[in-house]
Amino acid sequence: MTDTDTTSTDTLPISLTETMASTMSIEPPEHPPTAWATATTYAGRTVRQYIRTPQLLVVNAATSIMFLLIFRYVFGGAIATGPIPYANFLIPALAATSGLFASGIIGVAEDAESGFFDRLRSLPVPRGAVMVGRSFADTLVILWGTFVTIVVGFAVGFRPDGGAIGSLAALGLCVVYAFALSWLQIFLGLVAGSAQAAQGLSFAVFPLIFVSSAYVPVESMPGWMQPVANNQPVTMMIGAVRSLVIGGDTTTLLGHSTSYFVIRALIWSAIISLIFSALAIRRFKRR
Amino acid sequence: MLSYMSSPTIRAVDLDTPIIQATGVTRSFGDVHALDGIDLVARRGQVTALLGPNGAGKTTFVKAVATLLEPDGGELLVDGVDVRKDPRRVRRLIGLAGQSAAVEPALTGRENLEMVARLFGHRPTEARAAASAVLEEIDLTADGDRPVKDYSGGMRRRLDLGASLVGAPRLLLLDEPTTGLDPRTRLGLWASIRALVQGGTDVLLTTQYLEEADQLADHVVIIDHGRVIADGTPTELKAQAGQDVIEVRVRDEHNLEAVGALLAPLGTEPPRVDVPARRATVPVMNGTDRLGELIRLVAEHDIALDDIGVRRPTLDEVFLALTGAPQ
Repeated sequence: MTDTDTTSTDTLPISLTETMASTMSIEPPEHPPTAWATATTYAGRTVRQYIRTPQLLVVNAATSIMFLLIFRYVFGGAIATGPIPYANFLIPALAATSGLFASGIIGVAEDAESGFFDRLRSLPVPRGAVMVGRSFADTLVILWGTFVTIVVGFAVGFRPDGGAIGSLAALGLCVVYAFALSWLQIFLGLVAGSAQAAQGLSFAVFPLIFVSSAYVPVESMPGWMQPVANNQPVTMMIGAVRSLVIGGDTTTLLGHSTSYFVIRALIWSAIISLIFSALAIRRFKRR
Repeated sequence: MLSYMSSPTIRAVDLDTPIIQATGVTRSFGDVHALDGIDLVARRGQVTALLGPNGAGKTTFVKAVATLLEPDGGELLVDGVDVRKDPRRVRRLIGLAGQSAAVEPALTGRENLEMVARLFGHRPTEARAAASAVLEEIDLTADGDRPVKDYSGGMRRRLDLGASLVGAPRLLLLDEPTTGLDPRTRLGLWASIRALVQGGTDVLLTTQYLEEADQLADHVVIIDHGRVIADGTPTELKAQAGQDVIEVRVRDEHNLEAVGALLAPLGTEPPRVDVPARRATVPVMNGTDRLGELIRLVAEHDIALDDIGVRRPTLDEVFLALTGAPQ
């Protein structure tokens, strides 16, 4: 066939000659994309996906608000937190753990299921950078949940007494946790592989939230459960944020000093980030 | 067999290097041998179609070429580059459009293309130019700034094809590009694919549709159970079946059995009967002579016919003959 041989296609919506002219105008890129370009491009797409799919952000916020209100008003009256007002006990915990409620698991599973990851894997991108971009985007989405929790928290009586520096440090920790927990979400999303399975898997993290100091004092749990609840990472993360926010004599109020919690929370965040980023990247690269 | 330029030190782009060369490629998933020793050569400047039933290994092969799956054994070269040794270089040569249109519904068509262009390695300005050029090419310029969630299935598929083009790949991999499309949209996509080939892009496509392979491909490779079972141009494959086919359509269904009995001694194989269509077919040698005999026999038995004729085999019949007809 030659350029002018359009006999079989000239009635179709796409004209051959036009197509040929434009095909030739694209040159292949000189270099493959950098890690930074890859991560920011994928993160940018994912953030835009969230912003333009309001259901995602609304469901995310609604889940946070619902848990907050149920515990604040339904269970809160029955939970004894000693000298700490229950709102001040609860809100720091919810702000710290919004990374366990966010929908990153489902987002990752959808990208795997839709074939989007196959396309990404077929491109000359540094594959680890794809996962880093996902983590950036999911961190922002988790912080959205943290933001909603804090705003609604103020409306239901949350009052940080730890001073401006304590509150800022607590916010900084929430960012660190969001980043660490985003990797857990990414890994679980890759393991799930489909949005439906991800829906189920997102409940897998519930024991981590409930068997912790998030909603009730650990002393109220059965004796055998207390060592687990007292030493698991989520309790450390919550303890650090809570003690920074409420200030005062945290050793008396919470059983340990602020630095005890903060150091352990940071170590756990580093461990979670390293393990789950390594697992997620390895899984994404597997072929 | 690789053909290199004569100089052992300088290896320029050799137009004789096949775009894909597979030698004994295997890949298993547990006990399932998805690819069981594929030998295949796809030449430049043509469309190669991989044809086979579901589960034949078509998609696995495309994924191996696209570096999504690593072959367990054998050698797979894309433009002379080994997919196992240098997958990242292979990825700079290929564009993949998958079975499910992997475009982002929340972004506009243009944003989708710009995103993929960036991920191919284009700088932002180049990415914008590439996206515009491709939108023009796939006839979506007017809808380029609408979110993809408002697109029809056919538009999404065209965008997916476009996304694989923004990096100007040397080899385009299309995994069942028209599955699930209505006939008109399919024709439009075929035209796009033909135009691409004219623009110098080599294409490997998989399809379950023989018509698609017949229409688009210069070279058809039929695979089943992870092996190549036939290979050639559509014409060669039809010739390989070798024989004419006599086709008879009876007016009354109850005569079908009688006609089948008349056809049996004429054919080289038992006749194939399609009851709902009231049709019987049989492959024969010297079709015209057999047709004459058949017409005489039918007249003797006084069977009313709607249609009778002799024709060349369709690619469908070649395919069924090679893969074993379902009974």
